[in-house]
Amino acid sequence: MSLQIRLRVNNNAVTADVSPDTLLVTFLREHQHLTGTHVGCDTASCGACTVLVDGIAVKSCNILLAQVQGCEITTIEGITPADGSLHPMQAAFKACHGLQCGFCTPGMIMSAIDLVTHHEHSSEAEIRAGLQGNLCRCTGYHNIVRAVMQAAPIMGGAKS
Amino acid sequence: MPNLSYHRPSSIAEAARLARDDPDAKLLAGGQSIIPSLKLGLLAPSAFIDLGGLPELRGVRLEGRSLRIGAMTSHAEVANSPEVRKHVPALAHLAAGIGDRQVRNRGTIGGSLANSDPAADYPAAVLGLGAEVRTDRRAIPADSFFKGLFETDLGRDEILTAVEFPLPERAAYVKFPQPASRFALVGVFVSLTGKSVRVAVTGAGPCAFRVAALEQALAKRFAPESLNDITMPADALNADLHGSAEYRAHLIPVLTRRAVTQALA
Ligand SMILES: Cc1cc2nc3c(=O)[nH]c(=O)nc-3n(C[C@H](O)[C@H](O)[C@H](O)COP(=O)(O)OP(=O)(O)OC[C@H]3O[C@@H](n4cnc5c(N)ncnc54)[C@H](O)[C@@H]3O)c2cc1C
Ligand code: FES
Ligand code: FES
Repeated sequence: MSLQIRLRVNNNAVTADVSPDTLLVTFLREHQHLTGTHVGCDTASCGACTVLVDGIAVKSCNILLAQVQGCEITTIEGITPADGSLHPMQAAFKACHGLQCGFCTPGMIMSAIDLVTHHEHSSEAEIRAGLQGNLCRCTGYHNIVRAVMQAAPIMGGAKS
Repeated sequence: MPNLSYHRPSSIAEAARLARDDPDAKLLAGGQSIIPSLKLGLLAPSAFIDLGGLPELRGVRLEGRSLRIGAMTSHAEVANSPEVRKHVPALAHLAAGIGDRQVRNRGTIGGSLANSDPAADYPAAVLGLGAEVRTDRRAIPADSFFKGLFETDLGRDEILTAVEFPLPERAAYVKFPQPASRFALVGVFVSLTGKSVRVAVTGAGPCAFRVAALEQALAKRFAPESLNDITMPADALNADLHGSAEYRAHLIPVLTRRAVTQALA
């Protein structure tokens, strides 16, 4: 069986004919060529594949494309302003050295954007707990937490 | 999976008919347990019946002295619901401790209960509060819902629609998480309503269970000291690389004391 799916990806309307077991991450990377969304574990553990579905963070390796019919998907490619500058969360990761190899970074940033947007008064402890679904093998997390705390007030969210 | 089909019914009746007509079809809620099983080859359904298009299965409502939570309500929605936080804060706390934020955004209470993972959190609350599970055809008391490892009283084509939690006077949930998955190595839910005490344990057996010895001791006096002389036998408890059966048995009264202390706070 082939399914016709309509959705929006980074503000563009997209239609796709896919088999019903197609994962959202497979669609993004292999059909849309949006390879900024990474696959670290493929078992819903590492968070590298995190994207926003209607503004809410999900692990795209653990959701079927069919389940997001009609939704708006935002990937790391979709957060930069039109003028090519960095999103405040990206700028903060850069300024705070919140990345080393960068493999976890797209998922970290999407997860952090959701956290700051939906949990306005995130303290440092709340940010650490809020990022539990994202693993980083390089940084030791401290600079990632600093980056999120730095970006939050700029995004109009959490207290610093 | 070349022959897999996908349905997104727009009523519970249609979902029930699809499930009845195809014995190999699988109901799909958040997918947080199904998709991993699909990838592992543990599951090869003929079709998915996606319950995601049924808003009537979603949301939290206070009805008299009970809280009704729709099957498709996500863990995040329960954790953040003002009604749950006000009337059964222990349940909001439990939901906020499931997995991680991304999993909580997708996983649902109905999916978790129907799945009955031995280490899942919600079964402890359903049993520990004496809730009632509602389906498309009947109401199932918590005490007869959990049947064994990944096994419940639900019929193959039966749809869990909601859970009704009676409001307790005091309640608390304490989990000793397995640090990598955050599933419960052991979790204990305690509640007090009138003279009735319930103590439900998850993570330690094939499915959630109550512990009569702990309940009786607490019914005499609802205080952590009431449990000082009680030990749990390790027979038939779960053992794996994260903890032996003896370790889990030891944790049960320890976590129950902590839960009672929290419930009294
Ligand atoms: C990384 C990770 C960490 C996790 N950590 C925890 C944890 O700490 N604690 C915990 O409790 N859980 C944990 N989970 C499991 C999570 O809570 C799942 O969301 C939940 O067990 C299943 O819910 P679902 O909505 O995703 O169901 P699905 O995966 O869609 O379905 C699960 C099963 O239930 C059936 N089903 C679903 N809805 C209904 C219904 N309404 N009526 C009848 N049958 C139905 C399906 O057919 C299937 O058999 C974790 C999962 C992941 C991926
Ligand atoms: S690739 Fe999805 S969580 Fe690791
Ligand atoms: S920067 Fe390398 S995994 Fe996080």
